[in-house]
Amino acid sequence: MKLFEHEAKMIFAKYGIPTPRGGLADSAAQAREIATKINAPVVVKAQALVAGRGKAGGILFAESPDEAEKAAEKLLIMKIKDVSVRRVWVEEKVSSRKELYFSVTVDRANRCYVAVASSAGGIDIEEVAANSPEKIVRVLIDPVYGFGAYHARQVAKRLAYNGAQMLDLASIFLKHYQMTMELDVEMAEINPLMETIDGKFVAADTRLIIDDNALYRHPEFQKRSLEEAELTPQELKAQKSKLAYVKLDGDIGVIGNGAGLVMATLDVVQLYGGSPADFLDVGGGASAEMMAKALVIVFSDPRVKVVFINVLGGITRCDEVANGILEARKRVGFTKPLVIRLVGTNEEEGRRILTEAGIHVLNSMEEAAKKAVELMKAAGD
Amino acid sequence: MTENLGIFVGKKTKAIVQGITGAQGSFHTSLMLEYGTQIVAGVTPGKGGVTVHGVPVYDTVEEAVKEHPADASIIFVPAPFAADACFEALDANLKTIVIITEHIPIRDAIQLMNRARQLDAVVIGPNTPGILTTSECKLGIMPSHVFKRGVTGIASRSGTLTYEIAAGLTARGLGQSTCIGLGGDAIVGLNFVDVLKEFERDKQTLAVGLVGEIGGNLEELAAEYVATEGYSKPVVAFVAGRTAPLGKRMGHAGAIVMGKAGTAKSKIEAFEKAGVQVAEKPSDVAKLLSKKLAKPRS
Repeated sequence: MKLFEHEAKMIFAKYGIPTPRGGLADSAAQAREIATKINAPVVVKAQALVAGRGKAGGILFAESPDEAEKAAEKLLIMKIKDVSVRRVWVEEKVSSRKELYFSVTVDRANRCYVAVASSAGGIDIEEVAANSPEKIVRVLIDPVYGFGAYHARQVAKRLAYNGAQMLDLASIFLKHYQMTMELDVEMAEINPLMETIDGKFVAADTRLIIDDNALYRHPEFQKRSLEEAELTPQELKAQKSKLAYVKLDGDIGVIGNGAGLVMATLDVVQLYGGSPADFLDVGGGASAEMMAKALVIVFSDPRVKVVFINVLGGITRCDEVANGILEARKRVGFTKPLVIRLVGTNEEEGRRILTEAGIHVLNSMEEAAKKAVELMKAAGD
Repeated sequence: MTENLGIFVGKKTKAIVQGITGAQGSFHTSLMLEYGTQIVAGVTPGKGGVTVHGVPVYDTVEEAVKEHPADASIIFVPAPFAADACFEALDANLKTIVIITEHIPIRDAIQLMNRARQLDAVVIGPNTPGILTTSECKLGIMPSHVFKRGVTGIASRSGTLTYEIAAGLTARGLGQSTCIGLGGDAIVGLNFVDVLKEFERDKQTLAVGLVGEIGGNLEELAAEYVATEGYSKPVVAFVAGRTAPLGKRMGHAGAIVMGKAGTAKSKIEAFEKAGVQVAEKPSDVAKLLSKKLAKPRS
C-alpha cells in the first residue's frame, strides 16, 4: 500500500527522522494559515500517489503566505494523470548544500532487504545508478543480524562524512531501518535527504510502501486503504469484492483466472491487434458469485465494447464460472458482446450450462482472442 | 531397481500435509492421494487424533514424523500462520517444503528462506501451485489431467499459465518430467537457475520450458546462467506481461536495485541473447520445444 507523502512524513518524524516543518491543507485558506505559522519561504506540494508529480507541475514554491494561498488554489483544481488533487502539503523550504539518497527495500534475487545510499541524490538518482554505479552504496541486510549501528556508520562513512555529521547521518539510517522492520515496509525512501547549509540532515521527500500482505498486523493502515486510495469506480468495486483489477486504456474487457494467464491474455489480444480495457483476475477457485461480480464490474465500464472471458480451470471449476456468467446476465443483462473460452476442471458441465442458455463457448485462447478482436472491429464500424 | 525420474519429488517421496483439516487442505489431500502421492500424515494444531481421507492427523509436525517418517511437507495453512508452519517443518528436518499459501508477509518469507538455506532444505513457493513429477508424485493443487509423462521439464512463475502450457505440450504428444511452480511472490524459495541445475542432472528431462512474467530479475539471471554455463539441454521461454503497463514502480529504489531488469523487454532480450528461444504466445512453447526435440543435437 502506497502512502501519501504527508502520511509518510509523519511516520518518518515519529521515528525521529528530521523532516521539514509542515502541515496538510485541503483549502487555499488553510494553506495560507500553515504558511503564516511557518513564517518562512515554503514549498506547496500536491498530494498524489501517482509518480512524476514534480514534472507535472505539482510542486510550487512560495515566498509569502499570499503566494502559498495562490499556489494551493492552483494545485487544488489540478489533475495529475487523471487523478484530482484533493490536498496539498505545505512545508518549510530547506536550503541545501547537498542532496543525498537513502532507501531500504527488498532484494528479490538475494532474498533479503537491502539498504541503498548515495551522495548523488535527487531526481536523477536512477541515471546515477545506471551510469556511475560507484556512486551507489549498497548493503545487503542479513535476515538474522539485521542492519546494525555499525552498518549505519559504515554507510555514512562511505558517503564521505566524518565526526558528528557521520553520527547524525548514521542515526537517521538506523531509525529508517527500524521503521522498515516494525511497519513491514516494502520500500522506504528518502530522496532527497538534504544536507542543509548549517550541516544538518533533513528528509525533504519521502516515499513509503507498506507490504499489503502484512496489513493484518497493522490495523492503523487497514482503515484508510479503501477511502484514501485514488481509484476509479471499477477499481473501488473490485477491491471491495477482493478481485485483482487494473484499468487499462483499451476497449476489450478481459477477465481470467490467475495473474499469469490474464497477463498472457492481454498480450495475445494485443498481438491480434486489439486493445485491452482492463486486467481482471478472479483468482484461484473463484465461485459463481465472484465471477458474476467480475462480469458486472467490467460491463459497467463505459469504455468496454467487447468482453473476453478466458478461464482455464485448475482449482477453479468451469461449472461455477458458467453459473456466474448466467448470474451476471440475470443481474444486468448482456449489454455487450461476450467471448468465452472455458476449459479445464468440470469443463463438460460448464459448457452444457452455457450452451443450454444459448451461449457459445470456445476452446482455444488464441481463437477466442481473435474472435474478440474481430467483434471489436465490427462494433467500431 | 528403477531410477527416480524428475526432480525434487518422486515415487519415494513421503509427505505430510500441514493444514490438512481445512477445506483446501482436505480437498487436495484426496486429489494428491488419488494421483499416487504418499501422504503419510497430516498436521492441524488442536485436531490431533482425527483422520482425513484415511490419513492420521497430529497436533505437531514433531509427533507426525515420529510416527510416520517423512521427507516433505505441503502447507495449506492461512497466511498469518504459514511461516510458523514452515519453520516447524524445517525444524523437523523435512527437506522439501511446498507452500501453497499466498499473502505471506515479505519479512516472514525472508526469514524462512534464510532458515531453509541454513538447513539445506528446498522451499517451493510460497504462492505456488506446487510440484508434480508425472505419474509419480504430486505435491500441489494443479489439475492432474493436463499433465502426461514425458521428457520436458517446466518451471513457471504462474499457476494457470503453467496448466495452459502443459496442456499445449500434452496435446502435441509431448509429455513432462516434472512441472514446478516457483511461486508468485516477491520472495520465493527457488529461482529458475536452481531448477535449471536440477533438470540438467535429471536423465528423464531432455528439454526445459521456462514460464516467466514481468517483475524481478529471475528470468535475466536464468538467461545469464544458460549463456555462461553452456547449458546442455534445449531451453524455450515464455514471458507474460509484454503489454502490461509500467504502473507498479516502487519509487527509485526498485530501479536502482534491479537496473533495467523487470520489464518483459529486458527479459526477452536477455533470453534471446543467451540463445533461448522466446515463444510469442503460450501455444508456441509446445511448437518450439517439439522442433528442438526433433532436431538431432550436435
